[in-house]
Amino acid sequence: MNEPTRAEVCVVACAEAWRGDGAILASPMGLIPTLGARLARLTFAPDLLLTDGEAYLVDPAGAMEGWLPYAKVFTMLAAGRRHVMMGAAQIDRYGNQNISVIGPWKRPKAQLLGVRGAPGNTVNHPVSYWVPRHSPRVFVDRVDMVCGVGYDRGAHELRVVVTDLAVLDFGRPERVMRVRSVHPGAAVDDVVAATGFPLTIPDPVPVTRWPTAGELDLIRTRLDPAGAREAELR
Amino acid sequence: MKVEEIVGELRDGMTIGIGGWGSRRKPMALVRAILRAPLRDLTIVSYAGPDVGLLVSSGQATRVVTGFASLDSIALEPHFRRARQAGTVELTELDEGMLHWGLLAAAHRLPFLPIRAGLGSGVLEVNPGLRTVRSPYADGEELVAMPALRLDVALVHMNRADAAGNGQYLGPDPYFDDLFCLAAERAYVSCERIVPALDGPPQTLLLNRAMVHGVAETPNGAHFTSCVPDYGRDEAFQARYAAAAADAGAWAEFRAAYLDGDEASYQKAVR
Repeated sequence: MNEPTRAEVCVVACAEAWRGDGAILASPMGLIPTLGARLARLTFAPDLLLTDGEAYLVDPAGAMEGWLPYAKVFTMLAAGRRHVMMGAAQIDRYGNQNISVIGPWKRPKAQLLGVRGAPGNTVNHPVSYWVPRHSPRVFVDRVDMVCGVGYDRGAHELRVVVTDLAVLDFGRPERVMRVRSVHPGAAVDDVVAATGFPLTIPDPVPVTRWPTAGELDLIRTRLDPAGAREAELR
Repeated sequence: MKVEEIVGELRDGMTIGIGGWGSRRKPMALVRAILRAPLRDLTIVSYAGPDVGLLVSSGQATRVVTGFASLDSIALEPHFRRARQAGTVELTELDEGMLHWGLLAAAHRLPFLPIRAGLGSGVLEVNPGLRTVRSPYADGEELVAMPALRLDVALVHMNRADAAGNGQYLGPDPYFDDLFCLAAERAYVSCERIVPALDGPPQTLLLNRAMVHGVAETPNGAHFTSCVPDYGRDEAFQARYAAAAADAGAWAEFRAAYLDGDEASYQKAVR
């Protein structure tokens, strides 16, 4: 079997976000987080609930096991029985996230998605983030609009931020972003250079774990045989 | 009713709620009829898709109340995006759950409902009129007091309805169409087919005639948004819509080809 690619390391790093969550709704945004959630369900987190992106709960083979229209998603969300992995156009050291606008809100330079459910998600249940291109344009000193709230604004639980270079989290007691691990083949200096605020860095710096042979086989033969995951990092 | 008769009930300056979600089961025949009417200064409350895009493109919607504007398979609604960047539309930006709660409060005739969503976020900063409320019970928790989103009119699209105004959805998700209707002074339903008697699972009978003030039969009336199981989203047409929206000249041609005539000519043009 070929050596794992960076995208495959990222799939496993995303999957790890849901470890130990039990029977809650996993809501991944983006392909690599989706592959991660499905991998977690197939391996170490068999109780996770997954949706088809419309209104059904589905098992790993795509068979329906339940009904979850938007109104019921909102109720699961408010009940705290959910862990979402969202994207971030901008994120700061406290985990405040922006997916709404770039530039002044009143008349933005770029109108993006809007706040969507990010404000409610971040005060109700665990939230993680996926950033396919770690850069100082994303990891900023101050976000242009707070959509998902950070720890300085009352976040419920921000679990991890997975990027193409590293896994980051928010260590106690100060709850600011720190390096949890750097992906195999990436350098901690690259992570620091690609982050627009000072990071807490452990010594020594752990390396993100490699996928197991079983995980690689599932990713390559079952979850994403066409290899679409590679394009999300380009 | 005819779609023109429903639109004839609308007035300048109204707050209009539109059902569906993103590019899914939108009452597009009614939206197209608004485009042909001389209405202006409309506030649109919606889980926004091309309904909002079209009404922003025509300049008729001057304020949008939403948490996003998306075509689903195309992430950003192009007209909404351009109007925001040009500063030509006002936005009341809310978390998706806050929008739900505002409709629920209006449907229940409550002034507000408490919700956690919004606390600590920029939503409270860009909506300075929003207030928080403290729980009167032992927990003392501070919550957002989401005000009722009262609507003058609601417009929704169903798969089936009867002439009395009972409405049925047959797809996977009711969205919030029943709340839109109950939050509104008057609610109008377009549907794929008016039937003499509704059948199917009772849970699909989303709207009853106490919520509804008029029904129009508009076959393919949600086009190009999805209306499963009757039809899926017309992805090829939606891509043409989005491409045309990116360029003023192309949009003028698109409008002339599809939107300047009545609904029958639209349906003929997209067949």
